[in-house]
Amino acid sequence: MARIIVVTSGKGGVGKTTTSAAIAMGLAKKGHKTAVIDFDVGLRNLDLIMGCERRVVYDLVNVINNEATLNQALIRDKRCDQLYILPASQTRDKDALTTEGVGKILEELAKDFKYIVCDSPAGIERGATLAMYFADDAFVVTNPEVSSVRDSDRMLGILSSKSRRAEKGEEPIKEYLLLSRYSPDRVKLGEMLSVDDVQEILSLHLLGVIPESKSVLSASNAGTPVILDEESDAGQAYADIVARYLGETKPHRFIEEEKKGLFSKLFGSK
Amino acid sequence: MSLLDYFRSSKTNTASLAKERLQILVAHERASRNQPSYLPALQQELLAVIRKYVNVGQDAITVNFEQDGNQETLELNIVLPEER
Repeated sequence: MARIIVVTSGKGGVGKTTTSAAIAMGLAKKGHKTAVIDFDVGLRNLDLIMGCERRVVYDLVNVINNEATLNQALIRDKRCDQLYILPASQTRDKDALTTEGVGKILEELAKDFKYIVCDSPAGIERGATLAMYFADDAFVVTNPEVSSVRDSDRMLGILSSKSRRAEKGEEPIKEYLLLSRYSPDRVKLGEMLSVDDVQEILSLHLLGVIPESKSVLSASNAGTPVILDEESDAGQAYADIVARYLGETKPHRFIEEEKKGLFSKLFGSK
Repeated sequence: MSLLDYFRSSKTNTASLAKERLQILVAHERASRNQPSYLPALQQELLAVIRKYVNVGQDAITVNFEQDGNQETLELNIVLPEER
């Protein structure tokens, strides 16, 4: 049975696509056949973060409109043969996505794949609501910042009322918190909401904290999911998140400030 | 934290301010989320009816919807003007 994961946030720029790329790669690297779908119709970007932008021939909307088969549109990742990418279309037609069309694609993918990661666009329009409609699990990506936390809470409301599971009265979508762009030193100074603060407000199960990290931009520059940068803090944070999602017990990291020596304490180093 | 930051750390704690604002906002938005969508229209129409008979202001009516387990309460509060 395939598991459908939606990566959502409401607010833009919090790290949905970075997260989708990282966790899809992480799941695939653990040996699970995984597909990652870009639902941001009109503004395709997942292909760029995954580094396959020049291999896009057909897209999600082509498959929905029967202009291409699913196999023609799926791009096999060159680094991991268990990972496939389904890019978004660049059409500006907002009605291109239909519930039936998306449902058919997910049903077909579910026969062959273990995990299907849906990268939601920002906002609460059709792309976003369709990305979450069929989900079994939701990864709510939140920054420790007021507008992001508020938007996340709105998404939780939509998840619990507008999903297929909610409409059919089935067991609700499992919701997880991924707190990204976290700076323990700023939290310590009282300049940033802490993990506990955000959890208290949203009351969500914490899957992991991703620290603010230079490696995220470097990874997107190169078109490499940041999880492949095993040396980096963000890469390790995503690896932990994937492991926890798969049921492994890993203590949370990147919540406390790194211990520094006397020298860097006195003069500050970054 | 550098030595310089250490001497500057007396500034206000904005994170606790953020938390406080969010807690109030989120509680309010969650409460209105479960309200039936016809409430604003109901409020407007009731106001129109009452105004046929009594001259009341725009904010004379408050409509409150509460859910407690299986019980739903619709609370209407109409403030009539003082008699002159």
